Amino acid sequence: MSHTFQGGVHPDDSKSLTNQKPIEQLPPPEQVILPMSMHIGAPCKPIVAVGDHVCLGQRIAEAAAPVSAPIHATVSGTVKAIAPMDHPGGGKMLSVVIENDFQDTLDPSVHPIDDSGMTPEEMIECIKNAGIVGHGGAAFPTHIKLSSALGKVDTVIINAAECEPYLTSDHRILLEQPGDVLAGIRIILRILGLKKALLGVEVNKENAFAGIQALLPSDGSIELVPLATKYPQGAEKQLIKSLTSREVPSGKLPADAGCAVFNADTAGAIYRLFSKGLPMYRRIVTVSGPAIALPRNLEVRIGTPIKNLIDFCGGFTEPPTKLLMGGPMMGVALYTDEAPIIKGTNGILAFAEKEPLHISDPRCIRCGRCVESCPMQLVPTYIYQAVMADKMDDCQRYNPLDCIECGVCSYICPGKLPLTQGIRTAKARILAQRKK
Amino acid sequence: MNDLSKLKVSSSPHIRAEDTTGRIMLDVIIALLPALAIGIFVYGLRALTVTLLSAAACVFFEWIYELLAHKPLTIYDGSAVVTGVLLAFCLPVSVPMWVVLLGDLFAIVIVKQLFGGIGKNFVNPALAGRAFLLASFAGIVGITPKIRTALPLFTTPVDVVTAATPLSQMKSGALPDVSALQSALGMVGGSIGEISAFALLAGGLYLIYRKVISPRIPLTYLGTVALLTFLFPRGNGHVEWMLCQLVSGGLMLGAIFMATDYTTSPITRRGQLIFGIGCGAITVLIRYFGTYPEGVSYAILVMNLFVPLIERYTIPRKFGAPANVKKEKGGVKVEK
Repeated sequence: MSHTFQGGVHPDDSKSLTNQKPIEQLPPPEQVILPMSMHIGAPCKPIVAVGDHVCLGQRIAEAAAPVSAPIHATVSGTVKAIAPMDHPGGGKMLSVVIENDFQDTLDPSVHPIDDSGMTPEEMIECIKNAGIVGHGGAAFPTHIKLSSALGKVDTVIINAAECEPYLTSDHRILLEQPGDVLAGIRIILRILGLKKALLGVEVNKENAFAGIQALLPSDGSIELVPLATKYPQGAEKQLIKSLTSREVPSGKLPADAGCAVFNADTAGAIYRLFSKGLPMYRRIVTVSGPAIALPRNLEVRIGTPIKNLIDFCGGFTEPPTKLLMGGPMMGVALYTDEAPIIKGTNGILAFAEKEPLHISDPRCIRCGRCVESCPMQLVPTYIYQAVMADKMDDCQRYNPLDCIECGVCSYICPGKLPLTQGIRTAKARILAQRKK
Repeated sequence: MNDLSKLKVSSSPHIRAEDTTGRIMLDVIIALLPALAIGIFVYGLRALTVTLLSAAACVFFEWIYELLAHKPLTIYDGSAVVTGVLLAFCLPVSVPMWVVLLGDLFAIVIVKQLFGGIGKNFVNPALAGRAFLLASFAGIVGITPKIRTALPLFTTPVDVVTAATPLSQMKSGALPDVSALQSALGMVGGSIGEISAFALLAGGLYLIYRKVISPRIPLTYLGTVALLTFLFPRGNGHVEWMLCQLVSGGLMLGAIFMATDYTTSPITRRGQLIFGIGCGAITVLIRYFGTYPEGVSYAILVMNLFVPLIERYTIPRKFGAPANVKKEKGGVKVEK
């Protein structure tokens, strides 16, 4: 029996495009663009100057606030510019541009960390200094998650659900680097002083189970739990519900349900930090979608321009109508391929849709599919109708602020209403109202 | 250089499920075909001409209304076809064509379009159309022609031979002279589309398989009727009485195709259960104590009116809300 939650949808996962493709190294680019914000929290401040020579792994930008994550050089070379550059999230962002000397000269700070005598706080400090953020997509600083979980949670959850269609980076990591992930989970358990971690993987990645099982520690501290293949299985609240039957209270954090959730490759990054001293300098990215000639899974230096990945995958089969960072359900639409891969980029997808996604005259036929499918058990169509009619009091009664913006309601709607978009509008209006 | 001139930027999600309103309506029409086939088998081709005329008329009235009212055309979504077929299905095969057209006009223009079109009307258009016709022309609409009598394809039949229905026999408190199995197979008459419970059940299973409807409303509706008629039988035998009640009249057509109408049934899960139970209870009350032998259409119409109220008190408990929170006025907890 695979574990699951109420609601959700089953989009065609299209993972077969890349789930058989081993992770390949993308040759480091001629220059990397490192935006000062590629995490949740305050942007960083550069601590290098134009013309400086930097080494791989050298810190080039400092966290300017407690919730932030420092940034490191992901190649060795010369700082060519510190200027606003295209950011995948839209707009321009102050970025450090490093011209690669292709030497990959390691910074002296990069060496294995002897953690044997370290306190949890000291280990968290190491993770903070390495700039590690969640690898799942939202890029929340890992040290904040750990320190806020310290002494408060009883269960560590490792998220390898990878419920977004097309994305296979976590799947390949589980197949090819399960040792890194499991070793990282043990470090997380040690930091938090806990005995139990649940590794949740959707059953569509069943071929990775045997390899993981063979490496599981004999003390039973890590348990591999099969999850139903259903979107959004990997959403934090739904994952916790599936694995522990606990519900994160409305408006609260996973720690309030006694859980701390980490992406599988975040655990891998923590292991690579302690075993090799490497800060967050690369990640695995799935490049896929119907408009990509040769879909692949790539290991990429953070800061590599997106067009390098696309070119490496044979370019576009036809001019794309949508270029996405992330999955098709929650990803961000890009308008340029000059923007770089950032710490949270798990996929680059290209689509060439023939038919428009939005119809000119969407109508709710009250079929109830959005209600049935909403993983937060909201009533999307009523939130939408209330915000469209400018009835914000009515709208609030249907709890739009609990929406996790997973996109399920818009996806499933036969009338093709832009429900998720409407709920986003409702949330923004309510939050703006509160600020007044 | 990659050609990015066609890139569009929009907010997520970037994929949509294939199902559309049109596809759903097509599924409903497919699900109604077995019942139509039985209707034609039992009553001849006039069953087909009445049904086709009704469907075509509904599309025409919707088209002409939207044209005159300068509204976007919705005739391609198939919902008018469904209304037309369903209205024909609850009329006797002998019904004059002008009566059919009048019912279609009422259903589409008055009930559906004047209240805002698809998704906005508060009672089921086909049932309201039937109720309107029954109230206006009881002698024409309230009869059941004898099966296998030759009827003209288009012209108004004269001297229609009528038959007693199991429901009217049961009204007098006795088991009908046909068995439940004979009824279910379609060996007795009735309105065009309600003749065979089995054919309607087959359509219902198809709709559930296609996930067009959930089984909640049909099961609670039929379950309530089954329970009440089993507990309070007339004539001999609890089970036989219950089975005859289940397969007679418009119950299957109503429970599977009318009560599940999206627009006029609750969108909440618990609301659907309450709605189904309500339909079942009122149906039995009318069959037992009402003036008419059949209560399905009025039961559903009455429950249609309760939908806003039912929904108000059955909004799901949002994820992460305390289980036993004291609900505020209106049943929905207001966030502060």
